Amino acid sequence: MFKGNFIENLPKIYGTYTGGFVVFIILMAIAEQAGVSAKNIGVMFVAFTVLIYALIGYLSRTIQVDAYYVAGRQVPTVFNGMATAADWMSGASFVALAGGVYFGGYTYMAFLVGWTGGYVLVATLMAPYLRKFGCYTVPDFIGTRYGGNLVRACSVFVLFIASFTYVTAQINATGTIASRALGIPFEAGVWVGLISILICSMLGGMRAVTWTQVAQYIVLIVAYLIPVFWISSKVGGGIFPHLMLGDEVARLGELEQQFGLVKNSAADMKAAGVPGGLKYISGTHSGVPEGGMAVWKYLSLAICMMVGTASLPHILMRYFTTPTVRAARKSVAWSLFFIFLLYSSAPMLATLSKLALMDPNLPTGIIGKSIAEVQQIEWYQRWSEVKQVFIADFNGDGILQLNEWFMRGDVVVLATPEVAGLPFVISGLVFAGGMAAAMSTADGLVLAISNALSHDIYYKIIDPKADTAKRLLVARVLLVIIGAAGAYIASFRLTSILGSVAWAFDFAMSGLFFPLVLGVWWKRATRAGAIAGIMSGILSGLFYLLWVYPKFSVPIFGGVNTPFLGIDHLRFGLIGAPVCLVVMVVVSLMTKEPDAATQKMVDDTRIPTGKAILGKQH
Amino acid sequence: MSNKDAYWNKTKNHMIVTLVLWAFFSLVIFMFGSELNTMSFLGYPLAYYMTAQGSLLAFVIMLFWTANKQEKIDEEHGYSEREED
Repeated sequence: MFKGNFIENLPKIYGTYTGGFVVFIILMAIAEQAGVSAKNIGVMFVAFTVLIYALIGYLSRTIQVDAYYVAGRQVPTVFNGMATAADWMSGASFVALAGGVYFGGYTYMAFLVGWTGGYVLVATLMAPYLRKFGCYTVPDFIGTRYGGNLVRACSVFVLFIASFTYVTAQINATGTIASRALGIPFEAGVWVGLISILICSMLGGMRAVTWTQVAQYIVLIVAYLIPVFWISSKVGGGIFPHLMLGDEVARLGELEQQFGLVKNSAADMKAAGVPGGLKYISGTHSGVPEGGMAVWKYLSLAICMMVGTASLPHILMRYFTTPTVRAARKSVAWSLFFIFLLYSSAPMLATLSKLALMDPNLPTGIIGKSIAEVQQIEWYQRWSEVKQVFIADFNGDGILQLNEWFMRGDVVVLATPEVAGLPFVISGLVFAGGMAAAMSTADGLVLAISNALSHDIYYKIIDPKADTAKRLLVARVLLVIIGAAGAYIASFRLTSILGSVAWAFDFAMSGLFFPLVLGVWWKRATRAGAIAGIMSGILSGLFYLLWVYPKFSVPIFGGVNTPFLGIDHLRFGLIGAPVCLVVMVVVSLMTKEPDAATQKMVDDTRIPTGKAILGKQH
Repeated sequence: MSNKDAYWNKTKNHMIVTLVLWAFFSLVIFMFGSELNTMSFLGYPLAYYMTAQGSLLAFVIMLFWTANKQEKIDEEHGYSEREED
């Protein structure tokens, strides 16, 4: 069908794919007009896209180590950017981010700055040097730079903790979306999600994950942007919401004044039977909270997310797949560009969604209307049935007040198209996008964990003489085991989506940030320093989390502890990372400086040209 | 000073410049959130705009700029990969 090799044809292949996807959306829109039920459209959207990913996964199967671990190091800059963006934007980014902005306002948007600003650290401190090094995994760099199995094993330990907390949340998200779109129980949805994830990654490792992630990025960005632009023109926000919502933001300020921002007491909410996890608006949309503590809360969260970003192995390993060091640098820039397209749209979606619900001049507005009237609305009935929205008439006046309207954060993304009166085909598209976002991140994470275990623990430590076939078999078996373990834990619903996502960043920054940075930027860093730094960082961070998070501290320490300097469970990396830095520097200076060979290795890492430190097959 | 050391010094300085810009857009401006919010840009309150879009855009531009600049440094010192790819 195409002349020339696969890589040269990528723009054509993905162009055709995007065109095909658009045709599919149009066909679904026609089907909706022809009377196909909303539920069936949702099923078709999810099933069709997942089948495509599975097909790509199958076509990318490989029996080569180089292709399995680093996609043969031939992924072009822009495509690697798209794959990284899909790898990065999780189910939480897609489904929960706009909801977070909706309820949390300015303070919550520290996540937006944190999850983008971290890429500056990736590009300047890490990615080009790790690419030059030629490693297969992040622990591969640490193990070779510092030398020895112990330091390698320590970094695998941190990678495991950070990525595994993250992956359960992702499998949880795939399960939630699969169960809603396909109309099956959550527990079954989790296993459906897992099987889809494994089909994409098992046969082709990094190569298959790369090409499915590019496909998933295209689906998720189309699914996020179309509703934002459409809703914007529908509620009078203008055709280009990112530049034109100034008046709407000001209007929300007026509406907040008019309806009043009231805080409900916990007792009232309990008496009214508000389901768990549902929230109401009690803060301003664009206002900045006053006071030094509020500023510190914002900055500390942004710092944790930024430094965490630069330490997450499933992101760093994406830059091992580019052809050159130069391409790795540019690829970070493209990644952030593709991420920016979605992240800058989330606050716009939150603004539009809030306006659609709050503005009495719009036909979609519900605040200030009579409750009996709101209860007749179709979308209200559908979402209240599954306990995603709730009304509690606290003052008994029969009118819906701002503080009497409760909803789950996810609803902002999943239900706003319905609220604004868009056809159901858009909701189906949004389901497919959420599924793509959660699957692509889960794929990257499961692969990061199983690659570290198969390459660093099995091949480098346990059986260095294993042949290619055996190494790849072990890698695939571990992939299935890790995925199944994640799904098993997710099926118990132990984690809410966002709490644990932030934890992954804090774990990674506690144990990996300084060992990676100093490995390149400080020749004097020694093996003993790295081991002591990694272990003290991760353990102090973990201990602080147990101490500060009430669900852990009550059974362990017998009470609730006040966070030290406002460092709560979302920010515990601020304890772990400094401990890691200090211990690593002190121990390094106390031990003998690294030998000449190691110093030469660091010198070579710093220069883009010349041979990679680790050979093509290692 | 050898070519290698000169190259690394320039790279280091470039890294520091990039990180100063990064700290400005990610941390410094948000220390003055409530003051900035009295000003407006495109009709948005400024601090709101920066956290919702402005800083994010600054990071994207910064990354393309920093990659290009580093490529120039590579070329100057003969460490460019241009011939290789």
